[in-house]
Amino acid sequence: MSADISIEARNVVKAFGAGAAAVRALDDVSVEIRKGEFFTLLGPSGCGKTTLLRLIAGFEMPSDGTILLDGADITYLPPNQRPVNTVFQSYALFPHLTVAQNIAFGLQMLGKPAAEVKARTDKMLALVQMEAMSGRKTSQLSGGQQQRVALARALAPQPKVLLLDEPLSALDYKLRKEMQIELKRLQLETGITFVFVTHDQEEALTMSDRVGVMSAGKLQQVGTPREIYTRPANRFVASFIGETNFLPARVVSGGVKLGCGAVIEVAGLTGSGATTLTIRPEQVRLAETGEEGTMAAVVTNLVYFGTDTHCYLSLPDGAEVMARLQSPSSGEVGLQKGQAVALRFVPGAAQVLED
Amino acid sequence: MPSPAEQALVAKSTRNGWLMSMPALVVLTLCAVGPLAIVLVYSFLSPGDFGNVVWTFSLDGWTSILFTHDIFDDTIKFADGNLTIFWRSIKLSLITTILTFVVGFPTAWFIATRPPAARAGWLFLITIPFWTNLLVRTFAINQIIRNEGVLNTALLAMGVITQPIQLVYTDTALLIGMVYVYLPLMVLPLFATIDRFDMRLLEAGYDLYATRVQVLRRVILPITRPGIVAGSILVFVPCLGAYVTPRILGGGKNMMVGNLIDLQFGQGRNWPLGSALSITLLIIVTAALLAYVRTISRGRTHG
Repeated sequence: MSADISIEARNVVKAFGAGAAAVRALDDVSVEIRKGEFFTLLGPSGCGKTTLLRLIAGFEMPSDGTILLDGADITYLPPNQRPVNTVFQSYALFPHLTVAQNIAFGLQMLGKPAAEVKARTDKMLALVQMEAMSGRKTSQLSGGQQQRVALARALAPQPKVLLLDEPLSALDYKLRKEMQIELKRLQLETGITFVFVTHDQEEALTMSDRVGVMSAGKLQQVGTPREIYTRPANRFVASFIGETNFLPARVVSGGVKLGCGAVIEVAGLTGSGATTLTIRPEQVRLAETGEEGTMAAVVTNLVYFGTDTHCYLSLPDGAEVMARLQSPSSGEVGLQKGQAVALRFVPGAAQVLED
Repeated sequence: MPSPAEQALVAKSTRNGWLMSMPALVVLTLCAVGPLAIVLVYSFLSPGDFGNVVWTFSLDGWTSILFTHDIFDDTIKFADGNLTIFWRSIKLSLITTILTFVVGFPTAWFIATRPPAARAGWLFLITIPFWTNLLVRTFAINQIIRNEGVLNTALLAMGVITQPIQLVYTDTALLIGMVYVYLPLMVLPLFATIDRFDMRLLEAGYDLYATRVQVLRRVILPITRPGIVAGSILVFVPCLGAYVTPRILGGGKNMMVGNLIDLQFGQGRNWPLGSALSITLLIIVTAALLAYVRTISRGRTHG
């Protein structure tokens, strides 16, 4: 193993229930999370991302496989012996303790001297800008403030890894945006490895160094946000991250042939027969009618989104394509429903993906 | 200044309020304040020869709680007989409270952590003893623990013991009976609190390096304290005034305050002393309740 790996999961399986009724929440998951990175587990609800987080925290034991922290096997270590802390989705703040007592809890349990506990608690209060609230009960705090206390409480014992289980899902949109920036700042300031679980692709793309996309208990792809968006490994990743067009196609030499007869160049194709072509809406461009390499289409609908306008197009064979056109300053893209147009794909942008 | 119409309206609403409170006020006066006032008055009167009271003012009822007239030279001497019984009652009530907590907390925790559908069944089982008369249940306990009872017969037959264990008419028998009788009163308020306890806080505790004992002491017990205090009061208060259990399981020797008071109104024919003892018991119970209120309000502000 290499020295810069913080958390490593090797062939981890987690089954709930027994026998034929057993459900595999995690099915042979292997992943390496590097030291000091902001790693996000992204997937729809029930994909197993929270289960993986709970296995790393130690709240549950895997049915099979190994979990390593800094190269040491921690698979069966109880949570109170792992240098890993969690920010819970519900925050799980202690209602009988004040803000400062909540933050000091972990340090006290570690048996730190009182002076150190006090100094570290004050530092944490400052880090999350909650000094003025230190004597309050947690029930007297707003959602965003509770979130900050939960973060400070989990960071206070200086864990090697901080686990965050959908911590922003209970906040409203504006506060969520603020906390995203806040979280990123805390991660850079502390240098602690963050493992963040979310079902929000925007959160995953904007905050993470790397993202692991999960579905049905399996890790579908691990990569930087850019890699995941521009080079999705399969159809699930392509459709889950951002919007995309899927077009039925047949493999021909040098590319694929769409239903309307147009041939799109795709590099490195293997296999033959029926397949599916993927193209992001922003990679679909309108062109002059009759221009070389364009396809004829009819505008079926236009939806104004502010910065851009979604243009729904119908190809001659009935296939639907959505193009995202930047709105001009006038706000009008100069198109009308039913208008005949020509479109082309940005060269190299279209991909053929496995199911 | 409110207009005459407004004043009339307020007056009418006040009058209606009093009228509608009348049934409750009448019942409270007749059933709570009245008897209490009679007991208080009786404690300052002289005992009659065949029970009842003679209407002459006397402090003897109160002084004889702590002092006794020497029958020979008529001097007043300190007597600790009644005090001993009070102290015994308080001690046994405290031990009963602690024992019901030790047994009741895991029970309540068990019920509260069952699936919601199963909880009703378990709670139902807890309340079943209330369906039978206390006297009958206490005699049943007696049948189990007496020298020729089920327990001793079984142990003798199995050869575990050679002599029957003397349980009945001891403090142990009294405690067994009282724990059995008052256990539901501890379990029910504990269940109500534990039911509201957020189990995710346990994970938060373990995550922050607490051991199981630390999670119990630093997270579970402080948060469930209102239920613990309520259950303790519900057990301690009726224990102090227990009458049937000590009478049947404790025998005539191991008296508690309830039996002492009964004695004054019965064979002792000293109603003023019985009344004074009753008031004393009431004061102790009130003090316990005040302590309870104070603990709860302290818990709200900073505990």
